[in-house]
Amino acid sequence: MSAASNTEARGWNSPLRRGLILFAAMFVMVVAVGMVQGTASILLILTQATAFALIALGLNIQWGYGGLFNFAIMGFLMVGGASTVFLSYPVNMAFWQSEGPLLLGRALAAFLIGLALVLLARRSHRIGIAGRWKTALVALAWFAAYVIYRSQIDPAAAYIESTAGFVGGLGLHPVLGWAFGGLVSALIAFFVGRISLGLRTDYLAIATIGISEILRALIKNMDWLTRGTMTVSPMPWPTPLPQHLQATGMSIPDSFVFARLGFLVLAGLILVGAFIIVQRAYGGPWGRMMRAIRDNHVAAASMGKDVTGRQLELFILGSILMGVGGAMLATFTQIFDPSGYQPINHTFMIWVMVIVGGAGNNWGVVLGAFLIYIVWVISDPLAQLIFLNLSQLTGSLGWGAIPEIDSRALQMRVFVLGVVITIALRYAPRGLLPEVVRREG
Amino acid sequence: MPLIELKHVVGGYGGVPILNGVDIAIEKSDIGVIVGPNGAGKSTTLKAIFGLLKVTGGTIEFCGENIANSLPDKLVPKGLSFVPQEKNVFTSLSVEENLEMGAFTRRDDYSETMTWVYEMFPVLREKRRQPAGELSGGQRQMVAMGRALMSRPRLLMLDEPSAGLSPRYVIEIFETIVRINQEGVGILMVEQNARQALAFATRGFVLAQGQNRFTGTGPELIADPEVAKSFLGG
Amino acid sequence: MDELIFFINRVLISGTVLGSIYALGAIGVTLIFGILRFAHFAHGDMMTMGAFIAFVLASALAALGVATPLPMAFVVLPAAMIVTALLALGIDRGFYAPLRARGARPVTLLIASIGVTLMIQGLIRLIFGSGTRSIYVANEPKDIFRIDMGWAGGSRPISITEPQVLMFAVTAALVVALHLFLTRSRLGKAMRAMADNADLAQVSGINTALVVRVTWVIAGALACVAGTMLALDVALMPDLAFNIVLPIFAAAIVGGLGHAYGAIVGGFLIAFAETLAVFNWTAVLRPLNALLPEGMALPANLALVPTEYKLTVAFVILVITLLVRPTGIFKGAST
Repeated sequence: MSAASNTEARGWNSPLRRGLILFAAMFVMVVAVGMVQGTASILLILTQATAFALIALGLNIQWGYGGLFNFAIMGFLMVGGASTVFLSYPVNMAFWQSEGPLLLGRALAAFLIGLALVLLARRSHRIGIAGRWKTALVALAWFAAYVIYRSQIDPAAAYIESTAGFVGGLGLHPVLGWAFGGLVSALIAFFVGRISLGLRTDYLAIATIGISEILRALIKNMDWLTRGTMTVSPMPWPTPLPQHLQATGMSIPDSFVFARLGFLVLAGLILVGAFIIVQRAYGGPWGRMMRAIRDNHVAAASMGKDVTGRQLELFILGSILMGVGGAMLATFTQIFDPSGYQPINHTFMIWVMVIVGGAGNNWGVVLGAFLIYIVWVISDPLAQLIFLNLSQLTGSLGWGAIPEIDSRALQMRVFVLGVVITIALRYAPRGLLPEVVRREG
Repeated sequence: MPLIELKHVVGGYGGVPILNGVDIAIEKSDIGVIVGPNGAGKSTTLKAIFGLLKVTGGTIEFCGENIANSLPDKLVPKGLSFVPQEKNVFTSLSVEENLEMGAFTRRDDYSETMTWVYEMFPVLREKRRQPAGELSGGQRQMVAMGRALMSRPRLLMLDEPSAGLSPRYVIEIFETIVRINQEGVGILMVEQNARQALAFATRGFVLAQGQNRFTGTGPELIADPEVAKSFLGG
Repeated sequence: MDELIFFINRVLISGTVLGSIYALGAIGVTLIFGILRFAHFAHGDMMTMGAFIAFVLASALAALGVATPLPMAFVVLPAAMIVTALLALGIDRGFYAPLRARGARPVTLLIASIGVTLMIQGLIRLIFGSGTRSIYVANEPKDIFRIDMGWAGGSRPISITEPQVLMFAVTAALVVALHLFLTRSRLGKAMRAMADNADLAQVSGINTALVVRVTWVIAGALACVAGTMLALDVALMPDLAFNIVLPIFAAAIVGGLGHAYGAIVGGFLIAFAETLAVFNWTAVLRPLNALLPEGMALPANLALVPTEYKLTVAFVILVITLLVRPTGIFKGAST
């Protein structure tokens, strides 16, 4: 990420001009797709793109500002989704009336006891145990904590799953659920960051992939909390659902348009709010310090900056946005399905958005998000078109039609994503709207 | 024709040039020594010859052929060899394997050359199966030089061969360099140990700020009061 | 005795199979890291690609009516290895080399390899669909060798399938070949030299471009074998090896990046750790039940880690290694 001085360049090289041209082009694209696919459809795309733009902003904070290679995006999205499930899904009376809460309470107690054991073991040097013995003691404490926790949670989980199905939600407003998603993500980011932020970039990438997989395994298998593969639906909306609008007399097509519009406005407000906050911070002294650290760890450390602490800050802040965005996505699609999360869709795509858009530039990242998401979505119908025509060709040649066009066209998205990122790295490695660094002083 | 000749060489790592018009000429029989204060461009000159940085002006001719901005691995078959100052051995390879790597570009049987190197540095024959990383500083320097000799170079370039060595090894290394030269290899080296090195230099070059300041035989330069005062210190 | 047989069947044999797969994949990763200094994320998909190439060749052979005593996939393996190696060269030429020539940082190359991953996966899914299929194209029966353990007091045999025997043989042969190459041949030593100190290698006159090409050929060929073996052991699907990128990288790091032997050790270490962690120890410890007092018994399922969390094991080992000894067992490249 080298600095590009902001000289008074003309035309394409002027950041402002470039930004305007690109955003205008994107607007045209949106309208074009809307005309082909229909208003309701384009609104769906835009709303999801807005959520992704929020997530991409989060990654921009981590990578663009901090140089942190976070590959655990999928994990944070799942955490956000699960959190909003817990908070906003209607209350499951069957659970609260059963022994479930009691058993969970015991499991929580077991967890706390285990935690206490480990913390005590780590302090054991105060009573004279040190070196090898202390390490052994800590390992033993971890093991004991694990066993104690499992002994309580396993029967609790089994009980809940067999009686009430799952814990259910608290029935609160979805927006609170989104905030909760951000909060839980922040907590997890704290622990993840503590373990892994000292690692070199490539290693951090691998470590975060592992964490993502662990989070996915956990969420997928905690049937008692998230219903696992049986999925949770329908999730309530913060704005009126199409059904609600239909009940007031609106026609069915209109109800979809206006319902989605409502959601889009809310999502857009959140995006704008986050954008302003992040942009302000970037321009101020905090942002300058972050960039100084990013560009030269060693120099910054020698000047007394707490490099790891700052990186942790960035990691957590970025994760909050990812958690909120993930929660928004789950709420919007009205379904939380742990098996539906794929690294390609949910981690790599965001990376492509940030790299193509311009790492370190919030405008670029938002542009990238919308652009890539639209490309992702239209790859499927476009591929179908190509395949159908191709199929006619092969049919007329006597080779027979191409089988399974539907699922194959879907896979085109993956291929297109790979091509896009390759081209971007070759011809626009700093993105469509690269970071603009003002020379200070 | 000189073995190697630099005329007004300008170059650097991009940005401000470090060399601002350097002239060097060495015959096959010469031991050439480049000295000067820190930042004078001594090591940079060697790296410029060996294609490790960009030459933007002037010419570098080896046996009449212009070799400026060549790729390093093309220069070895032509007869140049370079011993860098740091990280100059393959630490995880054995001593003998290090030498074998020096002979990589050779297609013929190099066992004679290896015998020659072992004669020059007997201690290496003892330790030839040991990983080079386990050797002492002085022995490593021998491995580095031995590796460079395996390609039977016509010109051997060394960047501060005595750096970090104990005095006993310094004398040994310098004596070996003289011996190598007597066996028909031109020497061009950069040295911080100016006085000691210039003592047996047939051509001495004092550089400062990327340019020549003084040129002459080693003993001449040592005797010159101006040189001694400004550049030779202790 | 039965418990020991169970242990051998479930842990030893499957652990060794998995270890071979991890080892062969990890060797490629570690060599690429040692020579080219970047994490080749697309290696998993290179393995998948290799498996599909073997599948195509095997299917073609079967369609021609050729019948072989061994599973088709093994017969075509040498040809598949060559094709994969060439493709690996092409991928480097087309996607990584141009970036390297521009002085790209390791992170950029990592991202480029992500692009390659997506393209390979997308292409495979486009061409072959996203379903699962068997690589036993001619429906060859899987010969199972049963070693009767009656003489030692066991009531069940140690069973090992023909593909598994072949896998061991092939892996052993490849490891020996690689060892000879790295220690006896000029090019192999040049590879080690370049991994040790790339600048000095260039200064010594080593043809670095050639070494890079050889690296990709070896990595591609080994990836093909690893992928094909995985498909033989499990099944053939587009995201076959994507899921084991993490354990393979873990194996390479644990063994010490840049050290081929480390990758082998790391591969087996992680494979056995995974297998032992998800193993149901109750089955083996059953005899102890007799020693326990009345009323107490071992739980029905005493696995350290539930099977769904198998990936966690590799990850935990990786984290521990990075925290305690980042350069790995054989002291490779690090931070």
